Amino acid sequence: MGTPLAIEADGLVKLFGDVRAVDGVDLRVATGSVYGVLGPNGAGKTTTIRMLATLLRPDAGSARVLGHDIVADADAVRRAVSLTGQLASVDEDLSGRENLILLGLLLGLKRRAAKVRAQELLEAFGLLEAAGRLVKHYSGGMRRRLDIAASIVVTPKLMFLDEPTTGLDPRSRNQVWDIVRALVAEGTTILLCTQYLDEADQLADRIAVIDHGTVIAEGTPGQLKASVGSGALRVRLLDPADRPEAERLLTRELGSVSLEPDPAALIANCANGDRGAAAIAELARAGVGVASFSLGQPTLDEVFLALTGHTAEEAETDEEQEVAA
Amino acid sequence: MSTVDDAIRKAISSTPPPEPAGAVQSALAFGWRGMLKVKHVPEQLLDSTITPVMFVLMFTYLFGGAIAGSTGAYLDYILPGILVMSVLFNTVYSGVAVNTDMTKGVVDRFLTLPSWRPAPLVGALLGDSVRYVVAGTVIIVLGLILGFRPDGGVVGVVAALALTVVFAFGLSWAFTTLGLIMRSPNAVMNAGFMAIFPLTFLSNVFVDPSTLPSALEAFVDVNPISILADSSRGLMDGDADGSDITISIAVAAALTAIFAPITSRLYRSR
Repeated sequence: MGTPLAIEADGLVKLFGDVRAVDGVDLRVATGSVYGVLGPNGAGKTTTIRMLATLLRPDAGSARVLGHDIVADADAVRRAVSLTGQLASVDEDLSGRENLILLGLLLGLKRRAAKVRAQELLEAFGLLEAAGRLVKHYSGGMRRRLDIAASIVVTPKLMFLDEPTTGLDPRSRNQVWDIVRALVAEGTTILLCTQYLDEADQLADRIAVIDHGTVIAEGTPGQLKASVGSGALRVRLLDPADRPEAERLLTRELGSVSLEPDPAALIANCANGDRGAAAIAELARAGVGVASFSLGQPTLDEVFLALTGHTAEEAETDEEQEVAA
Repeated sequence: MSTVDDAIRKAISSTPPPEPAGAVQSALAFGWRGMLKVKHVPEQLLDSTITPVMFVLMFTYLFGGAIAGSTGAYLDYILPGILVMSVLFNTVYSGVAVNTDMTKGVVDRFLTLPSWRPAPLVGALLGDSVRYVVAGTVIIVLGLILGFRPDGGVVGVVAALALTVVFAFGLSWAFTTLGLIMRSPNAVMNAGFMAIFPLTFLSNVFVDPSTLPSALEAFVDVNPISILADSSRGLMDGDADGSDITISIAVAAALTAIFAPITSRLYRSR
């Protein structure tokens, strides 16, 4: 039935005291794909990854990674996967080169081969100049690249990437994305956890949206967007003072309208280009100045809002308040 | 970006997966990791050897005359004991190091490797054993400078150091367990020294226990550190007591048998 599954999880549960951090997660990840696990902080993404990577034992449910049971056959899983954790999974007190040599030795390379491999990876990941420096003095982007290099000292069949670009500047983020694409092109399956909707949109073939420890939606980025509704007309006004008037007109023309955080912007549901154009014409006729408008598919931010009733960012704030309370 | 892509693509496809390292290779690799840390921050060695060095100087010159009649005679008595103390103090740092490790993401990577599971711990303690040897050597060299001339000769001194390091290897498992229970490296340090300080002082490292009140003497006599210090003294003097040495090794083995499995379990389920 098509490609074999790299990950097959059924009803995974993990409890931390009374908290059901993961509450019945099912996943089907096809070999050779990038599978995005999307959700706000505290949704259970990292806990799910830690169970699949054999770092945590599930309290209920089961999972097979590349055909091996994660509990009964954990060693076989470890032979085929590698983990790039949320905290950089490299040793800060060693140099970049030493990190790679150490992993080479642990993965069974002879000392000489481990050194050669470290050199190859340092060159490929643009870390040659920093090779002798302690990792604690690396920038965030360099640390991430080393982290990913460390994950492919022996190329894994499946790689777990937990929030690989959190805290990175846009340039480093693009570099990481390019590396991920190169890995996939060479046949590695990637499970990518992220709280960035555009990251999942950019990289993932399929996405599972997780909230409060359960999968609330699953599909290709396109399917997820389609499930929310047709499309959206985004309008940005010249003068924020015109927004109430624009809201009234667009609601009349198109139905549902929501206000953006930007005081000059609105979004209206709109499937049909002609009706969108007519609505814009209506604004012009009423003398409401439009700075820009666009008609397109909803963003994953909107998907998240439609699925959970809150945006990813709001969920994060809730979490913090819960912790503080 | 295409050049980076090409280089990465090449790096990805070029390695056939080898058989993962066995128990010995992986423990040695982690031992190498421990030694690299000493190489990068040699000051940390100073940290753990400075106190015993001060003790040698202070006790010998301040109290030596009063306790043993002359500084020379006291040096003969105290030096093998301070060797023990110096090495055992270092075992606390093994616990601190494990605790520090646990706060870092790198442990996740170690635990997802297909290598022998206790390797990170065993390897760290092997690396630490090198530190123990250095700490012990510092004390011996200091003693020689101050005029310590043991009858047991080189063989006796080396044997005393070796026995002490074996004992320290066993004891360090107790501190790695502590290191995995406590919340912060500082807490490990405090609790560790709270344990090791009284244990070392309530031994025969500094004074002959026959001068002590009888209850205290009874404790000091059965304190394994006293027995180890006696063995160390015996080996350096060239008249070692076989049963003391056997007990010291047995205690090290017992500590390992009890605490190594606990440490390894805690490490996996952090």
